[in-house]
Amino acid sequence: MVKLGRICEKIRSKNAGPFWLTIDIFCGSEDVFARVTARLGTDDIAHLLGADPTLMKRFDIASLNVIKISLPRPEIQGSVRDRDMHGASWAALIQEFKIA
Amino acid sequence: MVKVLIPSGALGLNYDKDALERGLAQRPDIIAIDGGSTDSGPAYLGRGVSKYSRASTKIEWQGLMEARAKAGVPLVIGTAGTCGTDSAVDWLLEITREIACELGQTVKIAVLRSSQKNSDIIKSHQQGRIHPLPNAPEISPEILADCSNIVALAGAEQITAALETGADIIIAGRTTDTAIIAALPLMHGLDAGAAWHGAKIGECGALCATNPQSGVVVIEFDNTGFSVSPMAENARATPHTVSAHMLYENSDPHILFEPGGHLDVTDAEYTALDARRVRVTRSKWVPSQHYTVKLEGARLVGFQVVTLVLLRDERYVQNAAIWAADIQQKCSAKVADRLKLQPDDFSIELRLIGQNASFGALEHQSSVPFEIGVLGIVTARTNALAKEIGKILNPYLLHHPLTPDEEQPTFAFPFSPPEMERGALYAFCLNHVLELADPMDAFSLEVINHG
Repeated sequence: MVKLGRICEKIRSKNAGPFWLTIDIFCGSEDVFARVTARLGTDDIAHLLGADPTLMKRFDIASLNVIKISLPRPEIQGSVRDRDMHGASWAALIQEFKIA
Repeated sequence: MVKVLIPSGALGLNYDKDALERGLAQRPDIIAIDGGSTDSGPAYLGRGVSKYSRASTKIEWQGLMEARAKAGVPLVIGTAGTCGTDSAVDWLLEITREIACELGQTVKIAVLRSSQKNSDIIKSHQQGRIHPLPNAPEISPEILADCSNIVALAGAEQITAALETGADIIIAGRTTDTAIIAALPLMHGLDAGAAWHGAKIGECGALCATNPQSGVVVIEFDNTGFSVSPMAENARATPHTVSAHMLYENSDPHILFEPGGHLDVTDAEYTALDARRVRVTRSKWVPSQHYTVKLEGARLVGFQVVTLVLLRDERYVQNAAIWAADIQQKCSAKVADRLKLQPDDFSIELRLIGQNASFGALEHQSSVPFEIGVLGIVTARTNALAKEIGKILNPYLLHHPLTPDEEQPTFAFPFSPPEMERGALYAFCLNHVLELADPMDAFSLEVINHG
């Protein structure tokens, strides 16, 4: 088992407007892209982020070796419960996720 | 062919002066820069103020006003003053006049205003002309009446109207990030897919290239596509850096919605022109049946006081979650009792920095640190109430023991007084579009001859 952050080139998260969060997993190579797309389920990500998997949008973009996941923001940006104004920290949870 | 010079992703983020000079040497047809974003939260829209310092804004804007005079082309800024309200537009207009006076410039300024009257928006809502976007919050006439500011995002049509006045400088309120770049190529009848795609690639300046902080890029538009050239000496745009930029802050990597239609880049082709420039073709623009503009609104939802205390004692650090939960429960009960409040009237939250402040219950790491910062967040209906509650919380954070019979502990406060007033708390409350019969219906244009 290995952490995604160890094998991917870059994993970032960011607001896509105040109501959506988007996560980009730059795999860096075709091999890693094939491995990650096969082993990382959309449900796994939903579980990590406490999100509803049916509301998540996932794009596996082979031309860039990128997996992009967008979801309704867990808390609306800047609301009382929001902990991260720019949505930048969420990537850490994905980076630490282990796959075979 | 139209060349657009983009100095940086936002006024206030700085740009490389040498790169700007090189950009001017390319003989651009327009200089376009974004002035804002919702990315720093609802307070700027709520208050109608800029995020960036006035001094930084003035220095950077002066550099661009000088560049404009030298190039003899229009200078346009979208979403002036971070939020693009009329108050933020007026703030930048005042800075512009100051600079023009100091430089002895005679300039024609077009001002495009995007602020909406609450009563107009309520009326549009009642007429069924406001539609929710995915994950939009519920709205009601009361919520709309409550907004301290509502803005509509202008598109290329409104920027075109401003350009058609022949202005030297266009100060626009809230616009889409792309509209200020796409407008001129569209006015010249160039390929609409290329105009919007090139605008999206260029809207964050050199973020679509290596050395993203250098800022300056030139996008060259024509009948079949566009090309991207970063201006800093050590910056390179590659098919990868350019195509990857569609991912940035966009929930769909292929589609971008704009007033009047959407951009589809599914079939776009990216070709390296040389080691540092990229050409893009086959981007598609799909016009929509109805003309809509996005709305943003923020309203005041309470007041906050925050406080910070440090735990360094090993036993308290180990049991910080129990300690914080006990304080939260006991203090909330005391506040309700002493101030005669209902549970919905206020909230007290203690976030444990060093333990799980980033993710709360979703945190999966569990190593025990040697110190923890406890961030106390009090939210209440009025500022006076938030301050009162902060003062009721203080003795707990100072002395609360883990068990009743141990010696009274004392914890470390970095400040006196320990409570910090955050003031008004704002919330974004619109993620909707407004249908317009005419693109200018929700916007106004004023032309000012200065000097």
